[in-house]
Amino acid sequence: MKRRQFIKNTVATSTLIGAGGLTLNACSSGSEKHLTILHTNDVHSHIDAFPKDHADFPGLGGLARRAGLVQKIREENPNTLLFDAGDIFQGTPYFNFYGGELEFKLMSKLKYDAATIGNHDFDNGIDGLLAQMPHAQFDFLIANYDFTNTVMDGQTKPYKTYIKDGIKVGVYGLGIQLAGLVTQKLYKETEYLDPYEIARDIETQLKETENCDLIVCLSHMGYSYENENRTDDLTLGKKTKHTDLIIGGHTHTFLERPTIVTNANDREVLVNQVGCFGVNLGRIDFYFDANGATSNGVSISV
Amino acid sequence: MTKLKHFDCLKIKHFVVFITIVMGYSCKEAPKKLSHITGKELKIDSTSQAVNSLEQFILPYHNHVENVLDSTLAYASLDITKTDGSYNTTAGNLMADIILEQAAPIFKRRTGKNLDFVLLNHGGIRSSISKGNVSARTAFEVMPFENNTVVVELSGPSVKEMLTYLITSKRAHPVAGIELVLNKDDSIKSIKIQGQPFDANRNYYVATSDYLVSGGDDMVFFKDALEVTDIDYKIRNAMIDYFSKVDTLSPKVDLRYYKLD
Repeated sequence: MKRRQFIKNTVATSTLIGAGGLTLNACSSGSEKHLTILHTNDVHSHIDAFPKDHADFPGLGGLARRAGLVQKIREENPNTLLFDAGDIFQGTPYFNFYGGELEFKLMSKLKYDAATIGNHDFDNGIDGLLAQMPHAQFDFLIANYDFTNTVMDGQTKPYKTYIKDGIKVGVYGLGIQLAGLVTQKLYKETEYLDPYEIARDIETQLKETENCDLIVCLSHMGYSYENENRTDDLTLGKKTKHTDLIIGGHTHTFLERPTIVTNANDREVLVNQVGCFGVNLGRIDFYFDANGATSNGVSISV
Repeated sequence: MTKLKHFDCLKIKHFVVFITIVMGYSCKEAPKKLSHITGKELKIDSTSQAVNSLEQFILPYHNHVENVLDSTLAYASLDITKTDGSYNTTAGNLMADIILEQAAPIFKRRTGKNLDFVLLNHGGIRSSISKGNVSARTAFEVMPFENNTVVVELSGPSVKEMLTYLITSKRAHPVAGIELVLNKDDSIKSIKIQGQPFDANRNYYVATSDYLVSGGDDMVFFKDALEVTDIDYKIRNAMIDYFSKVDTLSPKVDLRYYKLD
């Protein structure tokens, strides 16, 4: 399928290139800053590539190859962050044999910066998740699960900030409602909190207190549901004010391109998800300069 | 003219001052405003060079999993499928019989009670078993899900409702411990549970999948469960344990559930 190229606000883009040039002459530090965000979701223990004769994903995926791609991108742009939107566990015998140990070890070797928690990450119970935490050299970000009365207490953070080439990135995580989806015996006393409310609180904190230049949400809520009572990423994008990018999961949604959503501040933001099983890697590049968005808004090419 | 020249000079001075301030500001406040975003999806295929050290790291895990999965546990003396009968099938009977045999002793130990029968769902059997060697991989193929075996206590009327569901679904949902014979018009000719005629006044213990108890496949009668006991035994593990225990799998389409011609 041929990808259609969308170039929005081309006038704004060319104006900014000019402005960037001016700053370059003035400062030795470079005109533009460039941050790359890479992401996966719902990898479901898919460590090996699919066989060439696979019905759905012939010859695709494979963790060692993902590592190669990530490495190449990092060489091109050291200001790269790598995230996962949950459901790391369950789907191949690797999980049944090793309980998620291999998944976490490999993600650590790929130098993932953070992940959020999906419903299947409770498949060996909350104790099973805790047991694998020592193998994860990356952060688990989830703002709307209260683990206070569980063994996972203290193992996760609601958000984390990263500074890349002077750009401060705030990242928070959101999980799906577990009741009705996961046996309570598995998630135990994990308390689920309203994601929209939490998202607005956290993004305000990241914007106003932490002074982040960019705000990213790792969500395992799902891309979109017809049932209005279910929370989803498209609605989150509309309801939030400062979140620039929502990296989604859960619904195994393959998108032709990231979705542009108009947020509560009438600004265009992105919602993305890259299917499942590690067959794709999402890549979003953010370019910053001194002038920033014009009255025409930030230009988005997807 | 002199005046004008002076004026020009001032203008230049102002401009220099202005530019200096602007540049100074730009340098101090390094470029930080979002101007442009691009987004794309990168396919992970053979064009991505695999990292050799990671391949080497994965290899022993991979080999161990493959060896265990492929080691022969039993032998299938025929192709076992879920489509070789109208009311009961070889694959369905094998699955239901495995659960009855494997779950009953655990349930008895846990609760002191006897398991009466098993009901699974036809759709839950995800693969046939080909004649030949049977391994743990076979169990993963037939049952890729993590469903647990649960034992549900149902009242007599709920069991009746269950039978109605079974009959009207017109599908060979796997059963064990039951003998159900239908008349030509789909009415019940006879129903026995554990060899005894069905008794509407007693409760029964039925082993099934936690997926079905939570409403899967519209098995709504499970909502009236009097008690649900999760025996912490994955259906797939029950299969693997059974395969390890027996030498040969030779399930048959039999008379546990059929309709009179």
